Amino acid sequence: MKGQGAGWLFVAPALAVIGLFFFAPAVAALGLSLTDFDIYALADWRNLRFVGLRNYTELLANPLFWQALRNTLYFVAVGVPLSIGASLAAALLLDSRLARFKGFFRTALFAPVVTTLVAVAVIWRYLLHTRYGLINYALGAVGISPIDWLGDPRWAMPAIILFAVWKNFGYNMLIFVAGLQTIPEELYEAARMDGASALRRFWHVTLPGLAPVVLLVSLLTIAGYLQLFAEPYVMTQGGPGQSTVSVLYFMYEQGFKWWNLGVASAVAFLLFLMMLAVTFVQLAVARRRGVL
Amino acid sequence: MKRALPGLAVNGLLCLGAAFSLLPLFWMLSVSFMRPGEADSFPPPLLPHAPSLAAYRTLFAEQGMGRYFVNSLFLASAATVLSLGFNVMAGYAFAKLRFAGRERLFQLLLLALVIPGQVAMIPLFLMLKDIGLVNNFGGILVPAAASVFGIFLVRQYAQSIPDEILEAARVDGAGEFRIFASIVAPILQPIMVTLATFTFMGAWNDFMWPLIVLSDERLYTLPVALASLSREHVQDAELMMAGAVVTVLPVLALFIVLQRYYIRGLLAGSVKG
Repeated sequence: MKGQGAGWLFVAPALAVIGLFFFAPAVAALGLSLTDFDIYALADWRNLRFVGLRNYTELLANPLFWQALRNTLYFVAVGVPLSIGASLAAALLLDSRLARFKGFFRTALFAPVVTTLVAVAVIWRYLLHTRYGLINYALGAVGISPIDWLGDPRWAMPAIILFAVWKNFGYNMLIFVAGLQTIPEELYEAARMDGASALRRFWHVTLPGLAPVVLLVSLLTIAGYLQLFAEPYVMTQGGPGQSTVSVLYFMYEQGFKWWNLGVASAVAFLLFLMMLAVTFVQLAVARRRGVL
Repeated sequence: MKRALPGLAVNGLLCLGAAFSLLPLFWMLSVSFMRPGEADSFPPPLLPHAPSLAAYRTLFAEQGMGRYFVNSLFLASAATVLSLGFNVMAGYAFAKLRFAGRERLFQLLLLALVIPGQVAMIPLFLMLKDIGLVNNFGGILVPAAASVFGIFLVRQYAQSIPDEILEAARVDGAGEFRIFASIVAPILQPIMVTLATFTFMGAWNDFMWPLIVLSDERLYTLPVALASLSREHVQDAELMMAGAVVTVLPVLALFIVLQRYYIRGLLAGSVKG
C-alpha cells in the first residue's frame, strides 16, 4: 500500500528522539536506582556496583528524605485546594453575565502563568522581605506586625504556597471557564424557575456539571505540585531549617551537588510511584461517585 | 437598581483579582527604574523618585546580561524550529497516513505523559555526557526536538483535513512529501503557531534542565543566570528587578500578541486530555 513507507518516514524522527531521549532514560533510571552510582562511577564506569534495593532502604531510613516528603505533601495538601479554589472563583467571576471588560480581566488574571518562574520567584522574595517588603507593609497598615516570611520555618512554606497560588491559578481558571460554557443554560433556567438561590444553583448545577473538569484539573495540579523545585531553589534554598526542601530539591542536591546519581534515581522513581498512586486513588474515587 | 449591587460586587472582585495578579509585575517594572538602594527604604516606595536606567546599565555592562539574553533567544528559537519540524510531520502522519502499528504506537506515546520528566533526567544526563553534549547547547536542544504533547496537538488538528484533498493530490501523482509541503503545511498553519508559541515559551522559561546541563557560565540562559545572580546579589533589589524585567517581558509580550493561539493549545492539552 502506498503511504505505508511515507507514514513511517514521517514519524521516525520524532519517535527516535522520544524513544532515545525519554523512554530509554526513563527505563534506565530504574536500573540506575539499583546501583551505587556516585562520583567515582562518574569518573570510571568500572567503579559501578549493583546494590539491589539498598538505595531505597537507605532513603526510607534518611530523616531528610522524610522531611522533604512531608514538606512536599504539605505544599500539595494546602496549595492544591487553594489554587483550585482561586481558579474556580476567578472563573465564576469571569463567566458571570455581569462582568465587564472580560478580555482584559482574563488576560490580567492569566498573566502570571506565562511569566518565567525563576524571575517572578525573585520578585516575590523582595515582596516578602521582612523590612522593605510590600506584603509586610500592607499587613502593617492593618496592625499586623512584620512576619519573617522566608526566614521563619513556620512561615516559609506558607509563603511559597501563596506565591504558587499567584503564579498558577490562571491556568486552571481558563480550563474552568471553558468547562462552565459547556453547562447548558436550560439547567440554570430550570433551577431558577424552581426558586433555587444562587448558592443552590452553584451547588446543584454548576459543581456537578464541572465535576469531570475538576477531577482532571486536580490530577494535573497535584502532579505539577509534587514537582516543586524552582521556588525553594530561588526563594529559600531549602531553608530555613530545611523547612522547604522538596522531594525534587532533595533529588537535585543528591544527584548534582553530591553526585549520588544512584540515590537520586531512586528518589525520582519514588516520586513517579507517588504520582501514579495519587492518580489511581483519584480515578477510583471518581468512579465510585459516578463522575467518570 | 436591584441589579446594580451584584454587578458592582462581581466587577469589584475582578478588579481585586487583577490587582493581585498584576501588582507584583508593576512593582518589578517600577523598582527596576530606581536608583541603586532606593527600594530599600521604609515605607517601600511604589514609584521611582527619578527614573534611572542605572540597574539596566550595570546588568548589561557588568553582569553580561546581553550574552544570557542571546543564549536564551537562540535556544528558544532553535527548540521551536526543531519541534515544528519533528512534531508537525509526526502529528500529521499519526492523523492521516496509514501504516502498520499506527494506533498502538500512538497509545504507547501517550503513556509517556504519566512519566514525569525528572525520572529520565539523570540517565539522560549521563548519556549526553558520554556523547559530549553536556555543557553544550546540544544537550538542551536534542531532547527538546520532539514532544508527545506537540505530536498530540498537531494530530488532533490534522484529523480535520479531508481525505479527499489528499487522495486527489495522490491521483495527480504528487509524492507524500510534496503533499505535505504544499497542501498540508498551509492548512496546519494555525496549529503550528500554537505549537511554536508553546515551545518557545516553554524553552524560554525552562529552569531545571538548563541548570543541570549548562555549567559554564557563558552558556547560561536567563533563568539560570538570574537564579545564580540572585544568590550573589541578594541586596540589590533594583538590579534583580531589572533582570526579572529582561527575562519576563519578552514572553509576556509574546503571550499578549499570540494569546488566541496559546489558549487554544492550553485547552486542547487539558480539557480533551
